Amino acid sequence: MSDNTTATQPAGVRHYSSLGSRVFDTLNIILLGGLALITVLPLFYVLAGSFATEGEISARPFFLWPEKFVTSTYEYIFANDTLLRSLLTTIVVTAVGTVVQVLLTFSMAYPLAKRYLPGRTLVLNLVIFTLVFGGGIVPTYLVVRDLGLLDSYWALILPLAINPFYLIIVKSFFQELPQALEEAARIDGCNEMGVFFKIVLPLSKPIIATFSLFYAVAIWNDYMSPLLYINDNSKWTLQVLVRQLTSPDAANAIGALDSAVFFPQQGLKFAVVVIATLPILCFYPFLQKHFAKGVLIGSVKE
Amino acid sequence: MATDLAPPATKAARKAEKGRRPGRVPVRTALLRYRWLYLMLIPGLLYFVLFKYLPMYGLSIAFQDFVPFLGYSDSPWVGLKHFENLFTGPDFGRLLFNTLFLALLTALFVFPAPIIVALLLNELRVSVFKRYVQSLIYIPHFLSWTIVFSLTYLLFSVDFGVVASWIHSLSGGGPKVDYMAQPEWFRPLVILQLLWKTSGWGTIIYLAALAGVDPNLYEAARMDGAGRWRQFWHVTLPAIRPTIVVMAILTSGNLLDQSFEQIWLLTNSLNRSVADVFDTFVYYVGVTQGGYSYATAVGLFKGVAGVVLIFGSNWLAKRLGQRGLF
Repeated sequence: MSDNTTATQPAGVRHYSSLGSRVFDTLNIILLGGLALITVLPLFYVLAGSFATEGEISARPFFLWPEKFVTSTYEYIFANDTLLRSLLTTIVVTAVGTVVQVLLTFSMAYPLAKRYLPGRTLVLNLVIFTLVFGGGIVPTYLVVRDLGLLDSYWALILPLAINPFYLIIVKSFFQELPQALEEAARIDGCNEMGVFFKIVLPLSKPIIATFSLFYAVAIWNDYMSPLLYINDNSKWTLQVLVRQLTSPDAANAIGALDSAVFFPQQGLKFAVVVIATLPILCFYPFLQKHFAKGVLIGSVKE
Repeated sequence: MATDLAPPATKAARKAEKGRRPGRVPVRTALLRYRWLYLMLIPGLLYFVLFKYLPMYGLSIAFQDFVPFLGYSDSPWVGLKHFENLFTGPDFGRLLFNTLFLALLTALFVFPAPIIVALLLNELRVSVFKRYVQSLIYIPHFLSWTIVFSLTYLLFSVDFGVVASWIHSLSGGGPKVDYMAQPEWFRPLVILQLLWKTSGWGTIIYLAALAGVDPNLYEAARMDGAGRWRQFWHVTLPAIRPTIVVMAILTSGNLLDQSFEQIWLLTNSLNRSVADVFDTFVYYVGVTQGGYSYATAVGLFKGVAGVVLIFGSNWLAKRLGQRGLF
């Protein structure tokens, strides 16, 4: 396991006292510390920039604390319909989408975990085939369009409803659950649906948490689906808005926003990045733990 | 409820079921007996039919001049026209070159990065510091490509980008360079973004391999008089070699798959000649320009080539004595 807590000192306690060794250790610490700084400094800069005045952003090349701390950019955002709506939209789509995707994935994985179910192998093979080959962008777009899902929030959820990789991992997890409890429930007259909801799902809480996070992060971060399926700019998600505002042709996008007297043209670019990043960073401790587990499940089981 | 309709509840019943070949159970009996399980399967199956297999059927428009108004069945069939256009036209060479060039740069610069970082982390002796570094360098993995693009823009833009102005002052003035628009800066930016986003998170799999090394091996090496460098060379490196090989094989199987979002976000009208890869080209021509059939043909070519690559790398994996993907 490479969980941060356990992966330290794999070689046991090693002591080196030679000069070369100590020089290496010092350089190593500087190098890795530098790497960590390069990773986070852009994020701190954006955070600082979002609280700075328009003038400061243009005048100072780099800062981690604004000279004059202002919240006017955020005040503007939370008074602006377009920005507020896209934030709420993204939150709702992520929440609903995660529930739908987890339910669909887990309820399909359960019957597929029953080795005695006739037809199971056929369905599994159909699923595995989609890992190797698919219709691609245009045919999928045409299907979504024919289903009347263009400009519908469901287009951000349904085409990605089941990740075949996750499905197979959850199926393997179900196969390893002890069968005794399920059998007891069946003998008590519970049907399979009841067994699934009353016995299996409560036993699967940790893995449900893991895959909820996987799906939630994927929807929150998704840019391709809204790009493909959402044309109506009143339905922009946060990621689209971030793209529209922080690009060389941002002026066009800004025209789409309601015009106001005060307009923090530069600050907005920083603040909208902060807003789109913040939820991810708030959940980061959980994400780190669960995702690391997921990577290793995937690498062991595949 | 008759007993034969219930799922096999006891061990003996399940054993009997297992022994039977699936084809032996009459369909109607099976459907009745396992109706709840099949019912649970339906929504998921519907998903795969609608969003995975229907688009595969839709690939047939690669052989048509697809008109949305006429639909899949009435659009005129044109055989291999779009493929001929693709292979004889100017697009194919450019797409293939851009894709393979990016894949080459990725293999050279992005692939080794997490290995090096993991090895450096492994040599750290202060475990608190190691944990902090890990926690920080994992962050970019969770940020969207949109955010990565925006950060790139805020740092490199010609108006107020920090890095842009630093480079400008370091190089002693001259005309300002618009890194986001210059075609020759497209590939370096792609690689920089990939390095920033993936080299931290990518260490996990190598750190797992390094954590599994038997400490006795180091002990034995020390007994034999191996110093730090020789322990690294003869114990640490061999320990992660299998992981490196597996990752290399996986990567080569996905050679044609650049991240659509990353490339598309960095693409603009000035750098399109170097930026276009198969996926972004398919989106651009198919969805934004309405060239459904031609774009589908391009996509189909990429899909088939992808299958060949995956099976090829899998075959190679087995030849090299590794456990393949399937």
